Amino acid sequence: MPDDLLEELGPQRCEAIFEQVMDCVRGYGVRDVEALIAGGEDALTRFAGNTIHQNVAERGVHLSIRPVIEGRTARASTNRLDAQGIRDVVEAAIGITRLMEPDPELLPLAAGRDYAEPEELQKRFFEATAQANPQERALAAAEAIAAVEDKGQTAAGAYATGSSVFALLNSEGISRWYAETLARFSVTALAADSSGWAKASASYHGDLEPLELAVRAARKADLSREPRVLPAGRYTVVLEPAAVLDLVGQMFGDFSATALRDGRSFLNERVGKKIFGDNISIYDDCFDPYQSGAPFDGEGVPRRRLTLVEEGVVRELAYSRQAAAAAGVTPTGHGYPLPNEVGEAPANIVFRGGESPVEEMVKSTERGILVTRLWYIREVDPYEKIFTGMTRDGTFLIEGGEVTGGVRNFRFNQSLIELLSHVEALSPAVRASGEEGMDMVVPAMKVSDFNFTEVTKF
Amino acid sequence: MKDLALHALDAVAGAGVTYADARVQEIRDRQIATKNGKVGHASGNESMGIGIRVLVFGCWGFAATDDLTPSGIASAARLAREIAQASVAARKQDVVLAPEQKFESTWVSPCRIDPFSISADQQLATLLAVDAELRRASGVTLAETSMHFERRRQVFASTIGSLIDQTRYTAGAGYSALSYQDGEIQRRSYPNSFGGQYQLKGYELVEELQLLENAPRIAEEAVALHSADQCPEGEFDLILDSSQLGLQIHESIGHPIELDRVLGSEANYAGMSFLTLDQLGKLRYGSELVNVVCDARLEHGPGLGTFAFDDEGVPAQSTGIIRHGRFTGYMTSRETAAHVGQTRSNGCMRADGWARIPLIRMTNVSLEPGRQTLEEVFDADHAIYMQTNRSWSIDDKRYNFQFGCEIGWEIRNGKRVRMLKNPSYSGISTEFWNACSAIAGPEHWTLWGVPNCGKGQPEQVMGTGHGASPARFRKIKIGSAYAG
Repeated sequence: MPDDLLEELGPQRCEAIFEQVMDCVRGYGVRDVEALIAGGEDALTRFAGNTIHQNVAERGVHLSIRPVIEGRTARASTNRLDAQGIRDVVEAAIGITRLMEPDPELLPLAAGRDYAEPEELQKRFFEATAQANPQERALAAAEAIAAVEDKGQTAAGAYATGSSVFALLNSEGISRWYAETLARFSVTALAADSSGWAKASASYHGDLEPLELAVRAARKADLSREPRVLPAGRYTVVLEPAAVLDLVGQMFGDFSATALRDGRSFLNERVGKKIFGDNISIYDDCFDPYQSGAPFDGEGVPRRRLTLVEEGVVRELAYSRQAAAAAGVTPTGHGYPLPNEVGEAPANIVFRGGESPVEEMVKSTERGILVTRLWYIREVDPYEKIFTGMTRDGTFLIEGGEVTGGVRNFRFNQSLIELLSHVEALSPAVRASGEEGMDMVVPAMKVSDFNFTEVTKF
Repeated sequence: MKDLALHALDAVAGAGVTYADARVQEIRDRQIATKNGKVGHASGNESMGIGIRVLVFGCWGFAATDDLTPSGIASAARLAREIAQASVAARKQDVVLAPEQKFESTWVSPCRIDPFSISADQQLATLLAVDAELRRASGVTLAETSMHFERRRQVFASTIGSLIDQTRYTAGAGYSALSYQDGEIQRRSYPNSFGGQYQLKGYELVEELQLLENAPRIAEEAVALHSADQCPEGEFDLILDSSQLGLQIHESIGHPIELDRVLGSEANYAGMSFLTLDQLGKLRYGSELVNVVCDARLEHGPGLGTFAFDDEGVPAQSTGIIRHGRFTGYMTSRETAAHVGQTRSNGCMRADGWARIPLIRMTNVSLEPGRQTLEEVFDADHAIYMQTNRSWSIDDKRYNFQFGCEIGWEIRNGKRVRMLKNPSYSGISTEFWNACSAIAGPEHWTLWGVPNCGKGQPEQVMGTGHGASPARFRKIKIGSAYAG
């Protein structure tokens, strides 16, 4: 495949592209412009029915231009980085910007400021992961398939590896550049009337353990066979980390000053108040060693660590530059690229964990449900933060401190405010990866009175 | 573009290659949105690239690139072959494709007004007028409007000799009014939630939607919901408007009939299906009134799933999915059709761009109109009428679903007697469709667009079409979203 991404979109090359952008922009008599330059190479090997059935790779680049002209702004994007492509996208961006209505709240472009990139961030790009080849992925998939097949089950899963670059430059001197690699392995083991699932992600693909994940998924499928039918109702649940992140991860878009101002956040009239239990503390921390993502926002503002919730009390919100200006505070580095409707949101969630491993949570539970994973989670009530969804791929009954077998999957309708007020125990926080939210650093949780409202057919 | 596609086929040829295709795409889009009287979003985007799919020694490989130089295409072709060869490490059986004919064709979707010929300031002015109208209602705290247009040209070439040049125009527009009051958030959207209505049309769609005319009603309803009664919990007859029924079709019929899902290809992510192969031709999916087709042809209407050829070069077709309540058909690809012994794909393979492989995706999966008048559909002693989706969820085999709507109405003796807030309903797919007791006629049938259907790894987002008229269902479980 093409040339190395870092070579093609390295910091100097991004500067050179921006110089070309600036030359074109000046030709239109425009002074203020911002450019986002991004690129990625991603590959994914997918298996099902104990065979590799999809095996793909893609590479792409992206140049997005945002001029600011007399209080107006808009954006044009292209994936052509040749001279004509750059000229065309600049012309398109200036054309659409001049047709927009002025925005009295639009700020001038962010100004350049030196800042030292924390050392942790340099550990997020691994050449070996960027160069991982189809043979490596296929062999790992074959190994996982064999482990599941050995149990008389059927394997399905995916192994993804990739690298990405994100740069932001503007005519006020901002020049930010970030690169990372990411690998993900997920596997589902299917038995006659049950299934199990496991997933992990890491910056370095060598940190993943596909075989161990496959064994774990197969064990869950085995343990949940011949599922019992339990009535819907309120149960004590032990939510594994992936279940916690996919459910609780739905609320962080509301930790946004713009969302509060718009009246669409459940935190309206709740900031500074205790709405969760004492054992709930949540941070946004791009620099956490288990996190990933650029250390600057969509205008180039460096990200700041936020204490979103401290011992149950809502403390801080994310502020874009515009939201911060309206509120008279300092921007936190969580703004989306302009123009946008939503403002900003935390992007690197880190929960403070506890000390109870999942096994201890199970031991301390007289009767409850152990949940591997949740699925198709959607908001039912935006202010009470009620979400619905299903359990999936490993739902177990706990009786007398032991997992005694599988149960049919439940539908839940659960308020997150209530959930995070009923947490009885937390495990140490780990980097978890689900399918409905961004990766987060979360613990497993033991929660009382979880609201299962229906039971499905399997 | 044709030269690029043909060049890719030459580049990917080699030992063990039994089939290959290449799709070159050129995509242009424009998005404009307002929020509380200001520009919320304004952008224009262009993207061009190629995806090369190859079958080597019975295994698939795929690589995509936006480097369209001869060396860039050669590099992608080489990678696609390498990937396919690597797949041999976990091969159980060779991929076999159902036969297909060679086609050479050029097709452009009907578009009366090219949306890119209308200036962005004119489009913005239209949205700002609606935005102002929404905020005229006291109590509306957030007004949002949007338009989205796309032109997508694709040249498809395959080693069976097909060369197909297709251009599709799609348009979408809509708005919502949100009201926050006393610890409660209520929202109304028009003409549908999540961006409005989307169709295979040009700017004429915006002119047809009567956006401004409906804004006062939508804004007033958003505010009035705060003082409406909570939707009761229990078993009631349920009447759905056609947009909510469109999403009901999407989730409880459209996804379960994807044959790749049935065969387990999506087991790790999107899930599987209760429609196992033994159910075909036997399962009583719905009541006698229920007739459903999967139809990508232009004759069906300007849907997001309307095209001339799918992304494997198979012509658009109409397939009976449910006939008088009986389950009669799946959506297939060339590979899955061959797998189950069918002689031809029914043309449902679609990719969300040049960078992704085609998957089995819904085209237009529609409930055929019934014979009842609207008055007859509403002619119930006691029922709940729900409009406009607010939330949707279904299990990974597509049995148990739950939907919430923006607004409900209590119906007594065929008349609306009171507004209800936070309405929701739930059930099991086949039980729900078997409870269908009335469907309104063709004059009330609308082909809705769902622009955001997710499937696959890496996830692909696809537009699908769903035609429906308002319909009534007997004794449906209502209100469980707020129960407990």
